Amino acid sequence: MSASILELENVSKHFGGIRAVSSVSVDLREGEIVALIGPNGAGKTTLVNVITGVHPASAGRIRFLGADVTRQRPFQAARRGLARTFQIVQPFPRMSVLENVAAGALFGGAHASVSDAMEAAREQLDFTGLTAFADRAASALTLAGRKRVELAKSLAMKPKILMLDEVNAGLNSSEIDGALTLIRRVSERGVTILIIEHLMKVVLSLAQRVLVLHHGELIAEGKPSDIVDDPRVIEAYLGEKFARRFKETASHG
Amino acid sequence: MPQSLRYVLFAAWVLALASTPLWAENYVVRLAIVIAMYTALTLSWNFIGGFAGYPSFSTAAFFGLGCYAGALPQNAGVPMVLAWALATLFVGMFAALLGIIILRLRGHYFAIASFALVEVVRLVISSWGNLTGGGDGLNVPLVSGGPSAVAQTFLGVMIAIMLIVFAVTILVDRSRLGFGLSCIQQNEDAADMVGVDTTRYKVYAYTLSAMFCGTVGAAYASWTGYIDPSDSFSIIMTVKVPVMCLLGGAGTVLGPVVGAAAFLLLEEFFWANFLEYNRAILGVIIVVLIFFLPGGLLRISYSDLLSRTVRRSTQPGATP
Repeated sequence: MSASILELENVSKHFGGIRAVSSVSVDLREGEIVALIGPNGAGKTTLVNVITGVHPASAGRIRFLGADVTRQRPFQAARRGLARTFQIVQPFPRMSVLENVAAGALFGGAHASVSDAMEAAREQLDFTGLTAFADRAASALTLAGRKRVELAKSLAMKPKILMLDEVNAGLNSSEIDGALTLIRRVSERGVTILIIEHLMKVVLSLAQRVLVLHHGELIAEGKPSDIVDDPRVIEAYLGEKFARRFKETASHG
Repeated sequence: MPQSLRYVLFAAWVLALASTPLWAENYVVRLAIVIAMYTALTLSWNFIGGFAGYPSFSTAAFFGLGCYAGALPQNAGVPMVLAWALATLFVGMFAALLGIIILRLRGHYFAIASFALVEVVRLVISSWGNLTGGGDGLNVPLVSGGPSAVAQTFLGVMIAIMLIVFAVTILVDRSRLGFGLSCIQQNEDAADMVGVDTTRYKVYAYTLSAMFCGTVGAAYASWTGYIDPSDSFSIIMTVKVPVMCLLGGAGTVLGPVVGAAAFLLLEEFFWANFLEYNRAILGVIIVVLIFFLPGGLLRISYSDLLSRTVRRSTQPGATP
């Protein structure tokens, strides 16, 4: 088993009286793909926001590569190598696709000059298959295209951990297949991936480990095949029908 | 219009302003000084209002502080140019410290805070009578020479300041700072997420927007030889400068130059021809321009416009 890259220790986040995340302790190991699942409002996005410093944690500690980063601000997280994509895409609307990605390379990827960053951005566009759209305005792309820009932008930041917040939501099935291939190739580069996902098909085919959040608490953690058997997860999220169907397909072959 | 042609036109414009003493009367020279002065102020505003997209209304506060920060050292015996440099530094530092506090506010809240600043600084200056002369104002050492010699000197000074701010604008536009500011302008949260230290960049932009207003203010004080709080901290100036920038094209390099020139020439035209209604006409023009030209004069595609007009005139009645 490889070393821990990110350690959460009893991390909580309260908004007034609402406990969005309560006492979550979990480790991410270098190079693995971990899925974070749970019903709507379970605190998945909040957890990512706490890790990247958008919301400061109310309690607990976060360590990244051994350093305490609990109090970091988002731009510091980005520079350290904690990149994330947003559930609702956040492009720079009047910049071209190339400039969007170059912004990630310039500020997050620590390139010295704007022209260096542009060059690095071209590589990422090539990797994500966006080269043909380089000079289009980011806001003119389809949703799948804009999500791809988000991904390219995050990759240009040379992340060590990439957090993907529902990158497949709203995509059709061929677009999802394209996205899955891309995520696998990112993982092959050694990037640790935390993926928030509702589509169990994606979770089961990608993740080596699954975390289940419910009402802000981590109720289960384990291999995908064990998670679908876990009665708490079935009750909170998957439902009886899905679990039965999954077991049937598994036993048939 | 190709970029190089724009710069050629800009150079021609600067030459036209600089050569006014050779071919025009003092009144026109004075207008040229005012245009250079407002161009420098508008280029300054462009750093925070254009590049970063933060609607600042503090121009008059920085200009007025510059007037006093330039005048007081001169009255204490500091040479004129050194006093201008001191005013620049002082106003820059003042804006940096202030920016750290008020740049945490966004949008309308920032606009209101920046607007209030003009009034607060004006009140402090007019109440601090034993230092600033209060409402009686302050005499500033005059530059020697006749009226036209003085006008020529200050025409040169204002054009020099304008060119310095213009050069800084080009540098910022091509640098990391400019890129980061336009990220902030388009989506501040996303800028934060890609690693832009947004607070620091906004403070840089605000400081840049302030310091040259300080220089202009100090030079203005030396030009007129007398300053008082109501002249130095004028609400009209704090509103005019953003309007000029929007008129030309905020966030572009040449927009502020075009905007300041267009605004002042229009103002001059209406002042001379419609003495009673000039402000009203100007108001209508501003409203129309902002409604129909939200990107400013520079964002219009003039070649498109020309070809459309030509088509329309060659095929009468063909267009619906």
